[in-house]
Amino acid sequence: MPTPDAAAPIVEVKGLRKRYGTNEVLKGIDLDVKAGEVIAIIGKSGSGKSTLLRCVNGLEAFQDGTLHVQGRPLEHANAKAMRALRQHVGMIFQSFNLFPHLSVGKNVMLAPTLVKTTDKAAAEAQAKALLLRVGLADKFDAWPDQLSGGQQQRVAIARALAMEPSVMLCDEITSALDPELVGEVLRVVESLAEEGMTLMMVTHEMNFARKVSDRVLFMHAGRIHEMGPPEQLFDAPQTAELKQFLSALH
Amino acid sequence: MQLDFLAVLAEWPALLRGALVTLVLTAVATVGGLALGVACGWARAWGARPLAYVAGAYVELIRNTPFIVQLFFVFFGLPSLGVKLTPEIASVLAMVINLGAYAAEIVRAGIEGTPRGQIEAARSLAMNEWQVFMRVVLPPALGRVWPAMVSQIIIVMLGSAVCGQIATAELSYQANLIQSRNFRAFEAFIVATLVYLLLSVALRHALHWAGRRFVFGR
Amino acid sequence: MVEFTLWDIARNLLLAARWTVLLSLIAFVGGGLVGLSLLLARVAKWPGAERYVGAYVQLFQGTPLLMQLFLAYFGLALLGWDVSAWVAAALALTLYTSAFLAEIWRGCVAAIPKGQWEAAESLALNFGEKMRHVVGPQALRIALAPTVGFLVQVIKGTALASVIGFIELTKAGTMISNATFQPFKVYACVALMYFALCWPVSAWSRSIERKLRRAHA
Repeated sequence: MPTPDAAAPIVEVKGLRKRYGTNEVLKGIDLDVKAGEVIAIIGKSGSGKSTLLRCVNGLEAFQDGTLHVQGRPLEHANAKAMRALRQHVGMIFQSFNLFPHLSVGKNVMLAPTLVKTTDKAAAEAQAKALLLRVGLADKFDAWPDQLSGGQQQRVAIARALAMEPSVMLCDEITSALDPELVGEVLRVVESLAEEGMTLMMVTHEMNFARKVSDRVLFMHAGRIHEMGPPEQLFDAPQTAELKQFLSALH
Repeated sequence: MQLDFLAVLAEWPALLRGALVTLVLTAVATVGGLALGVACGWARAWGARPLAYVAGAYVELIRNTPFIVQLFFVFFGLPSLGVKLTPEIASVLAMVINLGAYAAEIVRAGIEGTPRGQIEAARSLAMNEWQVFMRVVLPPALGRVWPAMVSQIIIVMLGSAVCGQIATAELSYQANLIQSRNFRAFEAFIVATLVYLLLSVALRHALHWAGRRFVFGR
Repeated sequence: MVEFTLWDIARNLLLAARWTVLLSLIAFVGGGLVGLSLLLARVAKWPGAERYVGAYVQLFQGTPLLMQLFLAYFGLALLGWDVSAWVAAALALTLYTSAFLAEIWRGCVAAIPKGQWEAAESLALNFGEKMRHVVGPQALRIALAPTVGFLVQVIKGTALASVIGFIELTKAGTMISNATFQPFKVYACVALMYFALCWPVSAWSRSIERKLRRAHA
């Protein structure tokens, strides 16, 4: 197995096509993501943005094209390969998906103890450190339903970080939050970006995308319609669709 | 009409022994039946088609035949295949098979109610399917259906009264022995019935506590 | 050594199965009528009804049906009446059914939104009219599936009547098994006959439930 070249893209998408039945939702996606890059994906609902993200960690299977993460291709039929992939690619969901029957600390510790067979003490120490990092050091023994939405999402981030991924996928992670709770989550994501984590985020938070991302992708009807640095996309949109999308936001 | 309860209550050691046997039978049947029920519930909800059919046939067969017939089949019928069982083993086996079928349906309802996001989150954390099922899906699912499961376990405990018919030394058998000796049939069965009532109340509380403590608890 | 064919066995079992069906129907209909009165007493909030009916239900749901059958059999004998196993079984199963149906139906009535009661009240309907025209029909729709489902429990319950000597399918099975020394075959037949009686009823109950859910969705 060749070791991934440091300059090679960490996520490489070529000609990706995905159908639901007869409905084609991704019509040929080409994308290279470099290590440490922060990509924001914007677009109308139904444009395929979440579907593209979910292809990267295999929650959605695709019919045509190739997808490589760290030089390794996605093999949907191979459960072992998919699990190996998911140890390097973490995901945060719009609806948090914390496990309600486990405390916050146990939520964070579960996967490392089961999958990486970390011993309990080490996993606990790691969990405490991660919770401190997301600003929830005192919530180790709390239960998910005792936390606010913003707190739950930060726990979800800590839970994903516990697996020490190389890439983090964020699927509209603030869309289900009350407005006053959005900031605390975005601050954590910003700190991840500053530390050099490769991020792919589907988001509606345009100001945040402008501030934090290296590249913005505008998706429309299953294709990457426009792509470029945030200033270019937000200040000088080229296509009518992007212009219309941006004006509808104000 | 002269009722003599003292003649029956004087035999309390025998009744106590019978009640204990009833509880032990129920305890073993609960563990076995739950395990079988989880396996079959999983098979019906998410297993491959042939497996789901087999589990489905088993569940429908047991749920549409009386327990006493299942018991007689196990105790009297199986020996013709060369399998000889003691009354106790036959009773436990029949109870496990019986509870397993009802538990399968209860578990199936529980796991089918699992929010999709939970499974996606667990898979995204690189957990394998066994870990996803045992650690993330099953505990909350059992928590959701625990009252129905407790009721079913109590039904099996009460149904075990029939095992006295194949000479298992449980509570109804002891009551029968007592009345055959002192001819106080009505009193003996009243006392036994009251003991069953007590057992079902106590068992309900114990199972609710045990569920929270060991199975799905906080 | 007389040779018994499968048909010999089956024929005798089928004859006995008539009594299973008859006892089931008597218990179901009788239990339904008693259960309905208990339900109405509870819903009408007669003094003490909630407490006594509640205790009655707890008693039948918390004790083995076998004990209930024994008590009916020996209890009636104590009162000086020489009863056959038939009468004792019919009595015990009827009361057993009445307790379970009363409880099932109580749940169905409780599922009717309070607003329905209040609307009927505002229209100056008396209790009988409320039940007959407003709450009853709605509760009946909800109750249909679980009530039909309980018939399966009654049919299975008749098997226990064999223990007090009532000759129905299970008792016939035991007798034939002893006579033919073929317990495996005989009890398999008995099981299949109960299955043939119960499974269609179970399937019917499920189809009623599906139709109800579709109508509401």
